[in-house]
Amino acid sequence: MKTLIKSLLLIVLSVCFIACNNNAKTAENSNDTTTNEASNEKTGQAFIEDEGGTPNALQLAIASKDHSTLVAAVQAAEVENALVNVGPLTVFAPNNAGFAKIDEATLNDLLKPENKSKLAFILTHHVAPANYPIETLKKNAVKNRKLYMASGKYLEVTEKDGDIYVDGVKIIGTVNVSNGWVHVTEDVILPKD
Amino acid sequence: MNTIGKYLLGVAALILMTNCGNNNSNSNSGAMSSSKAEKVYVAPGEHDEYYAFFSGGYSGNITVAGLPSGRMLKEIPVFSQFPTSGYGYSEETKPMLNTSFGFVPWGDAHHPDISQTNGELDGRWIFINENNTPRIARISLETFETEEIIELPNSAGNHASSFVTENTEYIVAGTRFAVPNPQRDMPISEMKGQFKGPLSFVSIADNGRMNLEFQLNMPGFNYDLAHPGRNKSHGWFFFTSYNTEEANTLMEVNASQNDKDYIAAVNWKKVVEYVKNGGGKKVAGTYAHNVYDEKTHTATSTMKEGVISINPVEVEGAVFYIPIPKSPHGCDVDPSGEYIIGSGKLSTDLSVYSFEKVLKAIENKDFVADAYGIPVLSYENTIAGVVKQPGLGPLHTEFDGKGNAYTTFFISSEVVKWKLGTWEILDRQPTFYSVGHLMIPGGNSRKPFGKYMVAMNKITKDRYLPTGPELEHSAQLYDISGDKMELLSDFPTHGEPHYAAGIRADLIKEKSKKYYELSENEHPYAAKSESEATVTRNGKEVHISMTMIRSHFSPDNIEGVKVGDKVYLHMTNLEQDFDVPHGFSIIGANTSEILVMPGQTKTIIWEPKREGVWPFYCTDFCSALHQEMQGYIRVSAANSNTPIKYTLDDE
Repeated sequence: MKTLIKSLLLIVLSVCFIACNNNAKTAENSNDTTTNEASNEKTGQAFIEDEGGTPNALQLAIASKDHSTLVAAVQAAEVENALVNVGPLTVFAPNNAGFAKIDEATLNDLLKPENKSKLAFILTHHVAPANYPIETLKKNAVKNRKLYMASGKYLEVTEKDGDIYVDGVKIIGTVNVSNGWVHVTEDVILPKD
Repeated sequence: MNTIGKYLLGVAALILMTNCGNNNSNSNSGAMSSSKAEKVYVAPGEHDEYYAFFSGGYSGNITVAGLPSGRMLKEIPVFSQFPTSGYGYSEETKPMLNTSFGFVPWGDAHHPDISQTNGELDGRWIFINENNTPRIARISLETFETEEIIELPNSAGNHASSFVTENTEYIVAGTRFAVPNPQRDMPISEMKGQFKGPLSFVSIADNGRMNLEFQLNMPGFNYDLAHPGRNKSHGWFFFTSYNTEEANTLMEVNASQNDKDYIAAVNWKKVVEYVKNGGGKKVAGTYAHNVYDEKTHTATSTMKEGVISINPVEVEGAVFYIPIPKSPHGCDVDPSGEYIIGSGKLSTDLSVYSFEKVLKAIENKDFVADAYGIPVLSYENTIAGVVKQPGLGPLHTEFDGKGNAYTTFFISSEVVKWKLGTWEILDRQPTFYSVGHLMIPGGNSRKPFGKYMVAMNKITKDRYLPTGPELEHSAQLYDISGDKMELLSDFPTHGEPHYAAGIRADLIKEKSKKYYELSENEHPYAAKSESEATVTRNGKEVHISMTMIRSHFSPDNIEGVKVGDKVYLHMTNLEQDFDVPHGFSIIGANTSEILVMPGQTKTIIWEPKREGVWPFYCTDFCSALHQEMQGYIRVSAANSNTPIKYTLDDE
């Protein structure tokens, strides 16, 4: 067979493969029986290519070298879409140093596929479906208002020497994102129970 | 390329295509074994299987679409002026938009609901609520016209509406923004205990007429959504409420402090009985009641005074609160009436209550507290089950009649299918993006049709060709006839489709009106034949009764109109055939055109400001000689002596 034909065949094959692959994904998706596997498909707001505009919480984390562990965890738990919706969201984002404080075995364990729901729970414990700029957090500390997190649990807000702590974890930076606020923390906020 | 090469190429492509097809149909566990495209394809000239009525949200209207195609069939004007037909512009329909605040040209439509008989959709009317100036509208499903609008006094933010009881006995309206009742000048900060959240009950007569029967003057929480009990829980109504904190500022923080808010469970039959026996007291409240008469083709607006207000504490055993986690939104009742699903929009779990347990808790006086004297039932003793960690941001649930429930999740942007009774999650499908309501035709009745589900999303982003910053909302259609939901298609909707109602087409389409009988036209200015056409002057008012038929107006030459006159153009369409409307407009009219259906009479006012000869014409391409369907009105100076004269073909 001539080279030309070979390469044409290859193109047809790959085009069909891509088409098939998309279908296969859908098929796989609708055949899922467990609850967590269904979001295998990388679709949703997290995967919209959108240059320009203020970055949202996920885009910010991806762009930050200091948050590569957090991004890896978000991707492992497949909760990307929870960080890009219209919100408003307040995300407490532990930096890499914060994750490094967790012993490596525990961290690696959490990143395993079978612990996806556990990891998702810990991550959603860092997200509040609310608008909490730092001024509001300060006010919440004074007024003793707790933060209700997407995990269904509450975080306590306290102020000490001008710094804000959520469940004892210190906030070291704040960024306004298109769908709310990201507060960088120096530790992972582990749910109490 | 040699032949064998071509052949191989063809075979390769064919095999792969076939594989693709197989993959596709393997994924389909539904009843029909065909491709997704086939499932939504409605051949030219064929009809859709279902009507879907989408709320237009801030358009104030309803749009009608066919399912499964998603093709838009009509926009029905309800709470907003609609120049396409002249609704709210014509003299006959202006009264429909009258309120106690005067004429309001716009409304915020929310939740359509179709009338029911024995808990099943009967296709007589569709109702829809207005949130901003609290109102409920009734639309005829024979004419697809808004026939009646009733305002709700003493209320604000009518969101928990317009849900219909299973024999269309009552429709409710809620108060999402607690307000002083009666309204008065008072400091906002003193809201607690002072503001109220009245729940209105509107009765529906056999001919459809609505009447505001009474208002339950509830504590000032924000009553958000509602659904009637059905089947075994018929006679009850359930309302979710949030802001039990009674906060009046920065609600996004202050209204999320309490761990639990309430579902209000109302035994409306008991309240009706109480009112019948003279209970409640008449309080002030002014409201407009607007009714459109199909015979005169004219609406009248009546301003009414006073409403019966009921203190819920005074009706023994009628009103209870059930605790529900975290600022609930949706409140849905399954087809059997046993399960009441509350969606705490900030909660990660779904709470399902048992009607039987609620009754038992009431019987045992199993109260954990009271809120302004209303007994609060125990959460533990009324809960039937909890759907654990189904997703983020649960909002609304509908049912398929096969024991399954489908809940939308705004934050995680998905629909989750779960089993009633076992609370087990069966399937989940992403939506694009951030879904609000979902709709299964008949999905909030005793008998859901259970074949299709439509997810209505709040965010569109990249789903369609971009159209600038403002995008129509996206909806997705799923086949739910199999074990797994299958995404079939994606189509834009108009305005904001908060909610929709769907019904099998055959329940409506046969009785859909084709035209109005001219002989039954009782409009006082109708000209039912060309010989009845007249022009009469009454001081500065000129009434022109004109006829329209393919392809001329009668009269089409009019003289004697003067600058400063107020000219009423009463247009009667003499056609007696399906789909032959005529339109009318004239240069210098400060209003919209009118689209006049066969047998109908509609009126616009024209106040000519300049002398001259001014043309008018038919605005709807009605016939081959549509372009010839025009006429002239001569306008003379205010002090001229030009006599009234009107002719057709100089006769």
